[in-house]
Amino acid sequence: MIAENLKSSPRWFVPARSNRTRSLWLAGMASLLFLLCALSIMIGTRDVALTDVVAGLAGQLDSIGQAAVNVRIPRTALAGLAGAALGLAGAIMQGVTRNPLADPGILGVNMGASLAVVVGVAWFDIASAEAYIWTAIAGAGCAAVFVYTIGSLGRGGATPLKLALAGAATSVAFSSMVIAVVLPRADIAGGIRSWQIGGVGGATFERILPVLPFLAAGFAISLLSAKKLNSLALGDELAAGLGERVAVARAVAALGAILLCGATTAVCGPIGFLGLVVPHLCRLLVGVDHRWLLPFSALGGACLLLAADIVGRIIARPAELDVGIVTALVGAPFFIWIVRRQRVREL
Amino acid sequence: MLSPTLHLIVDGRRRRARRHLAVIAVLLVLIVVIFALTLSLGQSFTPPGDVLRVLLGENVQGATFTVGQLRLPRAVLSIIAGLSFGLGGVAFQIMLRNPLASPDIIGISSGASAAAVFAIVVLSMKGPAVSVFAVIAGLGVALMVYGLSSKNGAAGTRLILVGIGVSAMLESFIAYVLSQAPAWNLQEAIRWLTGSVNGAQLGQAAPLLVALIVFGGLLLSRSRDLEALRLGDDTASALGVRVSATRVMIIVAAVGMIASATAVTGPIAFVAFLSGPIAARIVGNSGSLLIPSALIGATLVLAGDYAGQFLLPSRYPVGVVTGALGAPYLIFLIVRVNRTGGSL
Repeated sequence: MIAENLKSSPRWFVPARSNRTRSLWLAGMASLLFLLCALSIMIGTRDVALTDVVAGLAGQLDSIGQAAVNVRIPRTALAGLAGAALGLAGAIMQGVTRNPLADPGILGVNMGASLAVVVGVAWFDIASAEAYIWTAIAGAGCAAVFVYTIGSLGRGGATPLKLALAGAATSVAFSSMVIAVVLPRADIAGGIRSWQIGGVGGATFERILPVLPFLAAGFAISLLSAKKLNSLALGDELAAGLGERVAVARAVAALGAILLCGATTAVCGPIGFLGLVVPHLCRLLVGVDHRWLLPFSALGGACLLLAADIVGRIIARPAELDVGIVTALVGAPFFIWIVRRQRVREL
Repeated sequence: MLSPTLHLIVDGRRRRARRHLAVIAVLLVLIVVIFALTLSLGQSFTPPGDVLRVLLGENVQGATFTVGQLRLPRAVLSIIAGLSFGLGGVAFQIMLRNPLASPDIIGISSGASAAAVFAIVVLSMKGPAVSVFAVIAGLGVALMVYGLSSKNGAAGTRLILVGIGVSAMLESFIAYVLSQAPAWNLQEAIRWLTGSVNGAQLGQAAPLLVALIVFGGLLLSRSRDLEALRLGDDTASALGVRVSATRVMIIVAAVGMIASATAVTGPIAFVAFLSGPIAARIVGNSGSLLIPSALIGATLVLAGDYAGQFLLPSRYPVGVVTGALGAPYLIFLIVRVNRTGGSL
């Protein structure tokens, strides 16, 4: 019955992988992550030799290279964490909405978080890091509910097309509002870019630390809902037949994704398309079982964001390109590819 | 002597035609009123008599500069750009039978905007050359979106989704080019991301007007076929419309208009998106949406720019005002679609 159901929905059908293959992929991905971390510390406006990296990691600050290493460590950590959060959030959203095009950027969730923070800073004088994060999470939540409500109205429920359109329109509106809120405030107008395009530059451990508990909660909730997402993937009726409380399962998983998106956006600004690309690639590697897919998406997201950040530093030398631009330039063609490849349901 | 039924039909048709004309007349009056208001009341008040004399080419102490150099170019540009966005937007919405499928969502506007930014920042082009470049690029993007979405025939759904992807890519390209520019100029960045008529000059209006007349005329000449497309491709072709040819023609005309406007003002957010549905609300089923929608576009830009300059607590470019209008409209859409389940 279950196998039949999987086969009848070709969008999700990827041949099952043996656990051995999956473990191999996991090891491969972990080594890739390690390699990218090393590259991210070495490459930049000034390339740093390996000896300096080692010395810098040990805390020495004697040469410029070692100082550079010291600045790049928090940046690398942030890119890894943010990438993992967004990759995981994308996989959850695709599972919850059963929509191959779901992504925190496309659905306007990250822009919602961004707008909430901007409003908080400009009108309510929020300053503490915790307040930033709570505001961002609230904004992400509201945006997610808003877009999902619009997208699921009318006949046919939440089709990929309606969700994507609702998300795109909401993003445009939110982005205008960000400008509207920030523009009259000369004191914060300089930061307008960082609330429109996400980036990981200028990261410090002081900025990363307050987000960690939120990210940890988000990771925990998300990874624990893997089994529920597997049931949801069979369709609402079948999931209910298996004893799943569908609405609750959806809400809990979505909460995990919103925590991850909101916390990430509070530090990095809105980064799109990562959550779209990563789960699809991971599905090709490990299949559709969320118990494997979710951790893989987190790892893959970390790898991809690190890679995007490194690329952004290389191609725009001596300046650097915000990672949000790189992910969109890479992710959008991927989005189009998915649209072309899959039989997207008609409106 | 007409039979009663025929009488009813003729009567209804006349009533609808009258209503259609009335709507157009009211919108025209509204535009003229806002236009007059824009010209005479800004930071300072200029008496209507003086405004009139400046418009007639006389030199009036203290009014020639404010009205002739500051307010008039701005207002004229707003009207022409608004007409272009409103008309082009509704053409796309009717053709794709989806109120959300406007050129600013599916990548046409961002294509033209990206081309304009590239032409200005990287190629150091100026004036009409930028517009030509933007129109060509806009058509290129439209062709690309159309081509990428045509697989076993171009499905409307896929076209919109591909457009969303292309649009996201182009917007990050705009951000990239702007970030490579010598100085990150906030005002310029806002123009190319959400649209603005700041620093308008009368000289910019002429090529825009030509584009509007050429492409708008082309579009209006096809308005019958476009109306038929509202009924669905199959019905339209049964009515004798050559669907593919009409589609190509409409795309060329609408893109041409929108791209030339975008090259001057930037993609003024949501004007193309909002005009059609507003027109549909007002006009009902009494006639073509094209002209009412164009007029509403002009009203939106004109009023939005005026509000952005003088009615709000601080000065905003017009794109920010119209962009923020989009959110309430989406909420309205929820309420409406919940009730009817229909589209445009």
